[in-house]
Amino acid sequence: MINIFTHFGSQLVVGLGWTLLCSLITLVFSSIIGTVLALLQMLPSKLVHLLCRIYIEVFRNIPLLVIVMFLYLIIPLYFFKINGFTAGTIGLTLYTSAFIAEIIRSGIQSVEAGQLEGARSTGMTYWQAMRYVVLPQAFKIVIPSLGNQFVNLIKDSSILAFVAGFDLLYQANAIASKTFDTINSYLVVGILYLLLTMPLSYYMHYLEKKLS
Amino acid sequence: MQTWTNAFSWINIRFLLLGLKVTLFISLIVMVLSFIIGSLLGILRFAKIKYVSATVGFIVDIVRNLPLLLIIFFTYFGLPNFGFRPDVIPAAIIAMTVFESGMIAEIVRSGIQSVAPGQMEGACSTGMNFAQTMWHVVLPQAYKHIIPTLVSQLVSLIKDTSLATIIVVPEMTQQAQIVYGQNANFTLPMFVALALLYFVVCFTLSIVGNLVGKQLS
Repeated sequence: MINIFTHFGSQLVVGLGWTLLCSLITLVFSSIIGTVLALLQMLPSKLVHLLCRIYIEVFRNIPLLVIVMFLYLIIPLYFFKINGFTAGTIGLTLYTSAFIAEIIRSGIQSVEAGQLEGARSTGMTYWQAMRYVVLPQAFKIVIPSLGNQFVNLIKDSSILAFVAGFDLLYQANAIASKTFDTINSYLVVGILYLLLTMPLSYYMHYLEKKLS
Repeated sequence: MQTWTNAFSWINIRFLLLGLKVTLFISLIVMVLSFIIGSLLGILRFAKIKYVSATVGFIVDIVRNLPLLLIIFFTYFGLPNFGFRPDVIPAAIIAMTVFESGMIAEIVRSGIQSVAPGQMEGACSTGMNFAQTMWHVVLPQAYKHIIPTLVSQLVSLIKDTSLATIIVVPEMTQQAQIVYGQNANFTLPMFVALALLYFVVCFTLSIVGNLVGKQLS
């Protein structure tokens, strides 16, 4: 195991870098898209609501692998060249944003209606009330679920291995096929994944306890 | 248009449906196995037995925080080094059961914790021991709380079976790959069919889960 660390250290660092990059990009964009989707559903328009629901239900009920493979294989067939990392990151963003939208929506709904009404009665517009009164409370409620989603996102980024995205798992396969030492290659990469996910997941546990 | 009608010929669709059968078969077995194992682990973790609970908790946390894909690789490519060489479907079932058990252990534990402590104390004070209290009083209430979560876990399990295509398990995604591998023109139609089939199965289940959840609460 130590051998793998010393011999393939640089390769592992590269893998870690791609995994982190993919996770960060996905984290930022899926948070934005998810929040926007959740807010759009609050609009009075039935059509917008329906479109948001379709997006959310479609991406929540199709395997991530199918989404990523779709992007990876279909886009070059009809449009332009796309590399594995881009396809994987876009797919992961589309997938995760649907989950985040659902989490934030449930957060907004769990804030009492009186809060919104109270804010409105002080003269705030609807969006001001959302921005300064409802959303801060909603975010506080959903922090643990969001955190879990972020842990899932890091784990899901291993989907990049399917489409040659150079991430940790891809490097594990490469190392395993070079050394034939499958057990230790996967163990090493497993430890690296745990280093990313475990602290986050324990911190979320701690937050959950503190907030409740 | 011709491509699409050809792609959706009965032979291809039947081939996909055969894959769906494998997908559902694996999901069902994994769900049953991990429901049992996960419940046991969840109870053990909750029981606060010296050393045992902490160890179980630590293992569950490790499994939950690893990518499923890594566990599948490890099972199929790593275990043969220990002299254990499972076939593709058993390997997929083993790997996914390990992962799902961890997930379900956590769900069960949160379900048990959501049962009011008074229930447990009350049952104990009638002279029941820990196992009896769990079986007759706490678990029925806990499971009632977590049914919706368990259903959504089943949905994500069905979606996750697609990962088993990496070790060439003949489930739906793999079958689709075989079809468009023979004729690249079928790639888009096959993905549409694949997405549709997964969507129908998972969405129906989610709705059923929601309905059951509402009924129970």
